[in-house]
Amino acid sequence: MNTPSDFRRQLENRKRLGAAFSVVAFAATVLGLIVLAVLLIDVFVKGQGWLDWQFLTSYPSRKPAEAGILSPLVGSLWLVALTALFSFPVSVAAAIYLEEYAQQNWLTGLIQTNIANLAGVPSIVYGLLGLGIFVRGLGLGRSLLAGALTMSLLILPTLIIAAREAIRAVPPSLRHASLALGGTRWQTVRNVVLPMAFPGILTGTILALSRAIGETAPLITIGALTYIAFLPEGPLSAFTVLPIQIFNWTSRPQADFSKLAAAGIVILLAVLLSANAVAIILRDRLQKRQ
Amino acid sequence: MKAAPPVLTGAAWRKISEGAINAALLACAAVSVLTTVGIIGNLLFETLEFFRIVPVFDFLLGLKWTPLFDPPSFGVLPLVAGTISVSAIAMVISLPIGLLAAIYLSEYASRNTRRVLKPLLEILAGIPTVVYGYFALTFVTPLLRQFVSETQVFNAISAGIVMGIMIIPLVSSLSEEALNAVPQPLREAAYGLGATKLEVTLRTVVPAALSGVTAAFILAISRSIGETMIVLIAAGQSTTLQVNPLKAMETMTAYIARVSLGDNPQQSVEFKTIFAVGMLLFSATFVLNLISQRVLAKYRQVYQ
Repeated sequence: MNTPSDFRRQLENRKRLGAAFSVVAFAATVLGLIVLAVLLIDVFVKGQGWLDWQFLTSYPSRKPAEAGILSPLVGSLWLVALTALFSFPVSVAAAIYLEEYAQQNWLTGLIQTNIANLAGVPSIVYGLLGLGIFVRGLGLGRSLLAGALTMSLLILPTLIIAAREAIRAVPPSLRHASLALGGTRWQTVRNVVLPMAFPGILTGTILALSRAIGETAPLITIGALTYIAFLPEGPLSAFTVLPIQIFNWTSRPQADFSKLAAAGIVILLAVLLSANAVAIILRDRLQKRQ
Repeated sequence: MKAAPPVLTGAAWRKISEGAINAALLACAAVSVLTTVGIIGNLLFETLEFFRIVPVFDFLLGLKWTPLFDPPSFGVLPLVAGTISVSAIAMVISLPIGLLAAIYLSEYASRNTRRVLKPLLEILAGIPTVVYGYFALTFVTPLLRQFVSETQVFNAISAGIVMGIMIIPLVSSLSEEALNAVPQPLREAAYGLGATKLEVTLRTVVPAALSGVTAAFILAISRSIGETMIVLIAAGQSTTLQVNPLKAMETMTAYIARVSLGDNPQQSVEFKTIFAVGMLLFSATFVLNLISQRVLAKYRQVYQ
């Protein structure tokens, strides 16, 4: 039988267990951050000696000392610009349709379920899609255009979801005011909803595009080349991007290439960091306005 | 600017243009449906071509995967075993740590701590996977080799560990959402019965959020199965059927990427294998995502 003193002793134990658990839970939370810090420091230390102006302005080379990251960097910028060009209008239009026009019927339900499912499809499967449809079906070859179209489909679900959230955040009263003044549905969307939702849409777009900057697998699958020593001249040009160049350097056995890969990662992370910084600044400005 | 003389009345013109806009917007929304049709159609077409050469059961039940040898063998199970092994290692890391982090953020952390820690954890999810692959190969593997000398240069375990760390934010943010959705009165009732904080958390809150947490776990499994770059870089290319995590293994995703990198003619059987493997990969993740959505829908019904 439990006496009061037993209970008190047990309570002490229960509390001690609780205290131990909270320490473990905290440790679990920061573990990921510690690994993140180790990763960043490791990459920076390894790549540090190779990060200079020459690295940024030279083409990849078989000789590590002469190798640079110019063509992948420019390739990444091309790819992300084309991807934005294709995916932004389509995703915003799709989001407008789903939020402002669609009736609750089977078609809307199908589109919504479908977008949720697409968001979970592995990126390499998009690569196979791009290979089958853009590279071979449409005969675009291993071009920037094929890569950008593939990336556009890949980030479309994320973009639509973000744009829908931004549109949903616009207060309904503003729509009602516009409609009451005799505005048509499209006039309401164009003059009231979109201007209000725009910063939010932009933030979501930048975040989704930064995913496209870091993606490697789908581009490998569509056959983006790993060694390109020239700058793309247009959308039909062959290309390489930062992550592919990093992968290429990583898969070589020589130590110098491994360090080049680290330097490339620093550049890639810098590009992503600046994209995210822009997104955060935009979001803050949006929050101030509302 | 002077307006052109109206051919149509304002109302009629507006009706037509509004209809056209509606149709154009619908067409954009339909792109997503077309994408799914494209994915399935493309994979199915190539896979059926492949099955004309290789019988379905040889593919699904075969124990030897040597499409590039002579004579070739197309048993996909070694790739499946590699995928499951790496995924299992990743789950051993990400599920408990992700859930603990979610519990900490939802039940223990102060508002300010949460505001700092959550975005920092999200950074983990934003690091490109090629960077994780590099980290697994050049940092984690050498570290492991210092302790366990029989670890190979390319091995499943460091790929799995790093993948697990990458997936922590996915598990923690979705689980935290589920824990947050548990109504406060439930916690208060448990406290009222004399439970300590730990008991409230583990015996009341977590069980009440179980379906949401389960959905997060399933999504994490699906995510780990579909991850490519970490395994491509760090796990090696061995397609021998074995489960020693210290040795090299190849996953379905890494195989697809490796064949894409090579220079097999696009009409060859070897090349068609990547679509068959892709079909299997797509089906597996699709089913997992569907289950996850169902489980989640169920838990939403309970509390809303």
